[in-house]
Amino acid sequence: MINMISRLGQSVIYNCEQAGYLTLFLLRALGRMFSWPIKLGPIIKQLHFIGAKSTFVIVTASLTIGLVLGLQLYYELNKFGAVDRLGTVVALSMIREMGPVVTALMVIGRAGSAMCAEVGIMRTDEQLDALECMAIDPYRFLMVPKFWATIISLPLLVAISDVVGILGGYVAGVWIFDVPSGAYFYGMYSSVDWVDINMGLVKSFVFGLIIVWISTGKGFLLHLDREGSYGAEGVSRITTQAVVLASISVLVADYLISAFMI
Amino acid sequence: MRQLKVEFYVGLFVIAGIAALAYMAVKMGDLNLFEQDNSYQVVGRFTSVSGLKDGASVELSGVKLGKVTSIIYDTERQEAVVTMQVPNTVKLSTDSIASVRTSGIIGDKYIKVTPGGEEDFMQEGDEFEQTESALDIEELISKFVFSTGDDK
Repeated sequence: MINMISRLGQSVIYNCEQAGYLTLFLLRALGRMFSWPIKLGPIIKQLHFIGAKSTFVIVTASLTIGLVLGLQLYYELNKFGAVDRLGTVVALSMIREMGPVVTALMVIGRAGSAMCAEVGIMRTDEQLDALECMAIDPYRFLMVPKFWATIISLPLLVAISDVVGILGGYVAGVWIFDVPSGAYFYGMYSSVDWVDINMGLVKSFVFGLIIVWISTGKGFLLHLDREGSYGAEGVSRITTQAVVLASISVLVADYLISAFMI
Repeated sequence: MRQLKVEFYVGLFVIAGIAALAYMAVKMGDLNLFEQDNSYQVVGRFTSVSGLKDGASVELSGVKLGKVTSIIYDTERQEAVVTMQVPNTVKLSTDSIASVRTSGIIGDKYIKVTPGGEEDFMQEGDEFEQTESALDIEELISKFVFSTGDDK
């Protein structure tokens, strides 16, 4: 009995500790982000990896989601004779919800896991300690380019995803079901406001921060993991944890931002 | 060469992203960065504008030409004051009528402007002489139901 209670206490203490370390990690990284000079070369390299190389996946995902939205909503709207509203519904759901969330989940899967594994392996190989021995700040050297690149590329990816999703809805609605093309676009232009686009932008910034924070932070703090930390097994476990935690945080943050900004 | 390729893809990605953002901001967000001051504002006073929102369209002959920029309540005269933005190319005669209408049964509210016959045109800040308020379907139905009940 006492054993069980102390195990509960242990895990609470452990989780609080981890949350604390992660927060400290975030604050340190954010502090370093604005310290001059900011090296452009590494940021461009990371932009290529996180942003440019994700474009294909995100275009494909958004196109299919737009197609499916168009397809599903057409039948429902048809029941009310409100097919003219197809553009509005597809555009609003892409811009407010689907675009940011799908992009974030894809980036977590593609880039977040890779970043976590990369930093985690650096930790197990003691490369991070080596950097510190050489008086090179690992935050500035490794984290800052990743932070900048993710925070810059997420809004751009979300914008691409929104536009491609709307095109997908157009293909499904106008080409397949003969919804008037003018109705599709006019409905969209007249009812999507700056507020909606702004919400999508805020979401994409926050998601970008969450993604890069959790994936690099988890890798960076690998040595503090309680279930024995070094080696390939530790890296694989921490990567899984980072992906799951980042995805759930993104979804929870999505709900919270929607609730606050509506 | 390899470095150049990376930079090229990043540049392409950034251009695509910014183009998509700009498209959404300008086309859907009605963000007018370049074309300003080629429109003027006119004011309409209504007893009820129930359902009308900021940014609702102002239509002439069914064509969207302007938009509603602000809706406030005048506490002294107890009326809703709606400010509308209309492009300079559109001339409204001083006896035009502004009415709040609904597109379809469940559609958005918009302002319909019926042109008048006067030779003079409205200037910046002018008020519509005649306005028609929003039609409240519930009120109409209740009037109809209760009045027929009284007759019997």
